Amino acid sequence: MGGKNSVGFLALIIGIVLLPFFVTNDYYLGVLIFTAFNCLACIGLCLLMGYAGQISIGHGAFIAIGAYTSGILTSKFAWSPWLAMLCGILLVIVIAFCLGIPALRLKGHYLAMATLGFASIVHIIAVAAVDLTGGPSGLVNIPRLDLFGYVLNSDRQYFYFSWSVVALGVYIAFNLINSRVGRGLQALHGSEDAASSLGINITSYKVQIFMLSAVFASISGSLYAYYMNYIDPGPFDVSHSVLLITMVAVGGLHNIWGAMIGAIVLSLLPEFLSFLSDYLQVFGIEYQPDYDTLVYGGILLIIMLFLPEGIFIGLVKAISFIKASIKKVLGKKFSESGADRVE
Amino acid sequence: MSNSILELEMLRKNFGGVVAVSDLTLNIEKGSITSLIGPNGAGKTTIFNLVTGFLPPTSGHIRFAGRVINKMKPYTIASIGIGRTFQNVQIFPKMSVVENIMVGRHLRSRAGILHSCLVPPFLRKEEKRIQDAAEEQLHFLNLAQYAHTLAGSLPLGNQRMLEIARALALEPKLLLLDEPASGLNARETIAMGELIGKIKQMNITVLLVEHDMELVMDISDYVAVINFGRLIAEGSPAEIQENKDVIAAYLGE
Repeated sequence: MGGKNSVGFLALIIGIVLLPFFVTNDYYLGVLIFTAFNCLACIGLCLLMGYAGQISIGHGAFIAIGAYTSGILTSKFAWSPWLAMLCGILLVIVIAFCLGIPALRLKGHYLAMATLGFASIVHIIAVAAVDLTGGPSGLVNIPRLDLFGYVLNSDRQYFYFSWSVVALGVYIAFNLINSRVGRGLQALHGSEDAASSLGINITSYKVQIFMLSAVFASISGSLYAYYMNYIDPGPFDVSHSVLLITMVAVGGLHNIWGAMIGAIVLSLLPEFLSFLSDYLQVFGIEYQPDYDTLVYGGILLIIMLFLPEGIFIGLVKAISFIKASIKKVLGKKFSESGADRVE
Repeated sequence: MSNSILELEMLRKNFGGVVAVSDLTLNIEKGSITSLIGPNGAGKTTIFNLVTGFLPPTSGHIRFAGRVINKMKPYTIASIGIGRTFQNVQIFPKMSVVENIMVGRHLRSRAGILHSCLVPPFLRKEEKRIQDAAEEQLHFLNLAQYAHTLAGSLPLGNQRMLEIARALALEPKLLLLDEPASGLNARETIAMGELIGKIKQMNITVLLVEHDMELVMDISDYVAVINFGRLIAEGSPAEIQENKDVIAAYLGE
């Protein structure tokens, strides 16, 4: 982790520690916990999209597999939640490998198509395999997670736990980016021909990063299942996968912080909008939650048009622009006052 | 030439009905600078792509250090010691200059994805070695002042130098340079010629495709002339300049 990233990481840790002192309402704490799940999935997706240049439209499916593996093994077979989570991880690694090998050998965005199809299949199984998944009515009696025999009962505990996992995810992502493998990924994103001329097996790298990003998604799904104690197929449809991509794109594809900001902004946006809807009336029409999609679309459109590198890079540029202008103004004043003194 | 590092034997590449390389037999002597010249479309870059595994040959054999490498993938060919640059510069524009070269150390380092994820960079001994080797390479090519500049923002001459530095970081036995002087001004071209001479002194065999005849005749030990995918002449620069076929086909006199 470089200097600036260390500062960012420290800020993240401080934020995690302090936030529950300001947010005491369980509902909002719950929203922040969901935000952590999205952040985790988005970090993985950002590694895949921003650093390896591949798109997965089926990350919701990996979240679903994590959630359902955890849910089924703990509620029906009374496995330890940790062991069930590990099973989910191993399962998505195998699936991502099988899906990635044929799709990633080809140049172009075949992975997007393969994952899209895969996401539909997983969703159908979740709905139709009633005996296993509980079907549309869902799966109940999923236990809470325990930490060294200490069950995470309160939302505040779960908040700390899930955001610690996010911090760990950020740490892993930055380690990876600043490594031999991370440079290899950025290289193949820059030029596949040049990367392979330097001895990088590009198919293998793409498959590996796809597997890693699936693991992030799977953990996010498992944590979701243990938090909700109940899962149904609803949140795992393709639109959720698209929402994840939107989060990463809005925040900034080529930056882990960007992906985090995108995930946070779009996770909190519905709350903000519903808060707004109590007051907002345009020509007598009240704001309905159904319009959220419209707002998302609008935001994505505006960001792609005006901040194609995402909110994060946009912010960084804005800050450096403001800094530069302040320096300019101050510099002028200093030189003027200096001139006064000479006279 | 018994002391050859690269042997092309009846090498052929068809693109549909077009014969890009036609039953070409050519040996590249170890430690030499050999230039491939010929008019545009003669098949020079195709030969590079065949040797480096980017294209599979239609027929014939390619031997590198006695080993048939026809069916190897580009990354395997890189691992046995063949480095290359590209006609249209292929640097990694969004990475810094030093990071570009660090990618070149890929085959000289081992860390896998798990190790990379879990161990922070400052605890990795290998990371330090990669960085040191890259910086050494930067100094060798006088690019040290640009170490932390984004590669994409370098002027073309330096981008070409960077691409060569990156290929050298691989520590190849054979280096294929595809038009390293194209787009360079006179001074940059002279510097490029000097650099290629230095590479030869490092015991690296250089195979060069280049249109700048002055440069080619100046630095090459051997010149092979290709036209329509066929070898029409080979020999020392002096012999080539005298060759009537070459003058007719290439110099157009």
